[in-house]
Amino acid sequence: MKSVRLIARLDVKGPNLVKGVQLEGLRKLGDPNEFARRYYAEGIDEILYIDIVASLYERNSLLDIVERATEDVFIPITVGGGIRSIEDVRKALRAGADKIAINTAAIRRPELIREVAQTFGSQCLVLSIQAKRSGAGTWEAYVDNGREHTGKDVVAWAKQACDLGAGEILLMSVDQEGTARGFDVELVRRVSEAVSIPVIAGGGMGGVADLVDVVRTGGADAVAMAHVLHYGVCNLEQIRREAARNGLRVGHQDVVAMGASESP
Amino acid sequence: MKRVGIIDYGIGNLLSVRRAFEHFGAEASLIRTPAELAAADRLVLPGVGAFADGMRGLAERRLVEPIRDYATRERPFLGICLGMQMMFDGSEEFGDHEGLGLIPGRVVAIPPRGIDRKLHRIPHIGWNALVLPPAQTGWRGSLLEDVGFGGFVYFVHSFTAVPEREDDRLADCHYGGLVLSAMARRGTLCGAQFHPEKSGETGLRIIRRFLES
Repeated sequence: MKSVRLIARLDVKGPNLVKGVQLEGLRKLGDPNEFARRYYAEGIDEILYIDIVASLYERNSLLDIVERATEDVFIPITVGGGIRSIEDVRKALRAGADKIAINTAAIRRPELIREVAQTFGSQCLVLSIQAKRSGAGTWEAYVDNGREHTGKDVVAWAKQACDLGAGEILLMSVDQEGTARGFDVELVRRVSEAVSIPVIAGGGMGGVADLVDVVRTGGADAVAMAHVLHYGVCNLEQIRREAARNGLRVGHQDVVAMGASESP
Repeated sequence: MKRVGIIDYGIGNLLSVRRAFEHFGAEASLIRTPAELAAADRLVLPGVGAFADGMRGLAERRLVEPIRDYATRERPFLGICLGMQMMFDGSEEFGDHEGLGLIPGRVVAIPPRGIDRKLHRIPHIGWNALVLPPAQTGWRGSLLEDVGFGGFVYFVHSFTAVPEREDDRLADCHYGGLVLSAMARRGTLCGAQFHPEKSGETGLRIIRRFLES
């Protein structure tokens, strides 16, 4: 039975984990790897590091952070923020990332998706989309942390990226981000119906009910969480238990613990 | 100290694989030449990406024959993901390509529909449970000795190996109404479609067992 992946999203600025509301107004929370190690120990499925200033100021201390994380975090790591070229992808993979997330550079030049997929494989390419509602049932893709619009329709862009060879779509709702008022479920449903690759829902999780909703109604394959984890609204054990009560299998650790005692 | 050689043929993320072995105090060295390979006594073939690129990477470094020679020496060998797929006779990924031929069988695209006729997501990305294939009686004495039935590991793949002999299937996983080969084994040669180095504590148990094998 397939399980919904739980992904901890760590927004990094310089050496710090930061958290904002609707991608504006940042607060420093501490060493990102301390959070990564804690979530790993609690059984998170993946870690997603986003360098939130790289696309604006051209710097990259994030790769050092990632390289250190690989010493004791043995789960998939995705790195995003400021990746523009094949060489950038190579550097991130060499630092220990398993996948890279691209937004701005792919919007500017969609062919980059094909080039990365051909060079490193689709499995390492996550297309990140910042979606902002632009009307009833329509969303526009944004770049630069939701500040700059692109004129691209989100559903059409997701389909195009899928055809070009993206391996997954990280779908962030700019409207819901940091509000803890729930995911934009309609957005997730529209995109996940339009593409054949996995969709990661992000932006707005306030509790387990939101998670159940975006998987059941939205068809999300994975969920990226920031606020609820960083502020301790719920821990992974609670999320797994609550989700299971709702008939949803999330994460991986519960089953491992069960299986261990039945070892052949 | 346990030593392990990781074949570096210009593809993929070797750091994570190395770190997983170093976690248990092993000395992990990168193998880039036929001479280094001939001197190794515990080998890992990692890899992500396309089958043809992987085989070309090995061929360009003249590592194909040395790997085949190594395989006859009954020493531990672990292929991971693409590394596992390359252990088979060949693949249909972007044309027809010859593999290392260490385990009889072929690599094919994951069918878009399973027996439930429903479309499922491809690539198969995420954590999935290891199940015992019908031809196996248990995992005692294998790299999965410390892993329970149903232990979750991390997969990322669009193609899947189909071992010719049922005996060579050590573990399967179920995905979208399909049964996929998760781990294949022939003597001391073992291939994991999933990433043990990315599968948390369950994966580390496999890594540790490989070091002790």
